[in-house]
Amino acid sequence: MVKPSRSYRVFQGVNGVILTLVVVVTLYPFVNIIARSFSGEREIRAGEVTLWPKGFNLTTYKIVLQDSMFWRNYGNTVLYTVVATAVAMGLTTCYAYVLSKKHLKGRTALVGIAVFTMFFTGGLIPNYVLITSLGLKNSVWAIALPNAISVFNLLVMKAFFENLPTELEEAAQIDGLSTYGILLRIVLPLSKAVVATMVLFYSVSFWNSWFSAFLYMDSSDLMPVTVYLRNLIQGATGGSNAGAGTEQLSQVGANIQAVAIILTALPIVCVYPFVQRYFVSGVMLGAVKG
Amino acid sequence: MSTPTRFTPSPGTQDPPRPKSAPASASRPAHRSWRRALRRDWQLYSLVVLPLLFFLVFRYLPMLGNVIAFRRFEPGGSIFGEEWVGLRYVEMFLTDPTFWQVFRNTLWLGGLTLVFCFPIPIILALLLNEVRRRSLKRFVQSVSYLPHFLSIVIVAGITMQMLATDGPVNHILGWFGHDPIRFIQEPEWFRTIYVGSEIWQTAGWGTILYLAALTTIDEDLYEAARIDGANRWQQIWHVTLPGIRPTMITLLILNIGTFMAVGFEKVLLLYNPLTYPTADVISTYVYRAGVESNSFSYAAAIGLFEAIIGLVLITSANTLSRRTVGTSLW
Repeated sequence: MVKPSRSYRVFQGVNGVILTLVVVVTLYPFVNIIARSFSGEREIRAGEVTLWPKGFNLTTYKIVLQDSMFWRNYGNTVLYTVVATAVAMGLTTCYAYVLSKKHLKGRTALVGIAVFTMFFTGGLIPNYVLITSLGLKNSVWAIALPNAISVFNLLVMKAFFENLPTELEEAAQIDGLSTYGILLRIVLPLSKAVVATMVLFYSVSFWNSWFSAFLYMDSSDLMPVTVYLRNLIQGATGGSNAGAGTEQLSQVGANIQAVAIILTALPIVCVYPFVQRYFVSGVMLGAVKG
Repeated sequence: MSTPTRFTPSPGTQDPPRPKSAPASASRPAHRSWRRALRRDWQLYSLVVLPLLFFLVFRYLPMLGNVIAFRRFEPGGSIFGEEWVGLRYVEMFLTDPTFWQVFRNTLWLGGLTLVFCFPIPIILALLLNEVRRRSLKRFVQSVSYLPHFLSIVIVAGITMQMLATDGPVNHILGWFGHDPIRFIQEPEWFRTIYVGSEIWQTAGWGTILYLAALTTIDEDLYEAARIDGANRWQQIWHVTLPGIRPTMITLLILNIGTFMAVGFEKVLLLYNPLTYPTADVISTYVYRAGVESNSFSYAAAIGLFEAIIGLVLITSANTLSRRTVGTSLW
């Protein structure tokens, strides 16, 4: 092996600096928001909060955590995520399994029906008109049904099913198992990895979504926590009316956005280290096989 | 992504794989073979009923629903409108100065996003690829993927907090004796803010596909290049970049396809009436005209216009790429 040239060693040094900067720029906003959320009003207003909390203060956390609307909206997020993910997994699994059967007549058309929707969609207004006229407004179905199949996820799953060994399915067929039986008892148990990845893909996207609810829900009782946060950052006063004094109110005004950001992001940030690799492998599968 | 490459000649139009029945089916009329396929695979077909219903109702019906762009629509009436009005709404938006403003803004934001958000992940991936310490590489990757998993509402919230008058950006400006800037209220800052937050959220995650492509480059190619006397830079230029070219082109086509659909939700969260002159884009204008002002037909006409441009863009990018470099989505 030739010794790296001088210019390459310089490059390695510069590279290290750049990547360190990338890490700092990515993480610093989180650090600053955490520091803000625990800081006192005067220090925040003076722009003194950078890395550490100054004038440690928990008032805003207490007020948000005592706000019943915050908890109701968090509950809605959980409900919408669970229902929508369950619907999405059911439909996506069925369609992907069928698409993976290469001998099936009409398979190309079925793939085409799905793929075309990646490049052309009806658009906001026809969708809004449709959901409204179907009477789905103000129900979980307005969130779950229109987003039930993500074509990208569908293609990832199809690619996975196509790579399963066919012998087991053939043997099961000879043993008299129906197609449904094969899917439930042979294919799905062999596909735990891809099923787990898909559940993660869907649940994170439903957990994070806000616009469907914002569009189709009329009362704040029905909003997910992302819309609660949205109303706060748009400056609409939220939550902070639970018998708070003036002093508390100004404290809350100074960092309620930071507190709400932390409380909304917390679940995702907590599970992130454990699930990150599933996401990466899922995307790879979709890209390589797609 | 790029499934269409899997559009192998379909078995559906050919004989089924079962050899014993194959000779008979070749000469039969099409409906006979359909009947046979249905008899054999009815259980499989039954599994597609619900998903197909989903596509028809929630994807294709709204596409047809776009006819209200050419028909008078009444809320509560038919989703396909009441009567034909021809190109009235199209003429209306073509003569609407606000439309041309949001059209320009869309091109600006789409163009800037393409110019910055497409190459940055490539550069970042190349830099990561040169890191020799695996643990360091892992760490940088894990950190830079994180923003991708956060809700766009959180990203918008963080952006606003960073740029607040008492936030860190203005704090740093203060070191240089600069007065605080009200970034969120100033139209001339919107594009920078939008593209900056887009880079923050997507650059890391965008490296994944490139890093995957980089691992597939044959080590022998580097060996051969070294024997030919290529230094590290020449190796990157002549081996690494050509190795990830198909990935680059595929992603470029997809990026061009989403050019017009610039982050609707992010703009909706970050803009306000003060920044409309630079921030308002086609999709947000459609939203306000349709959902907030109930001009459904007018908004649908603009939305359809945007979707058609998107389709034309991705089709031409794809064709161009197939003719020139031989890589295409379909």
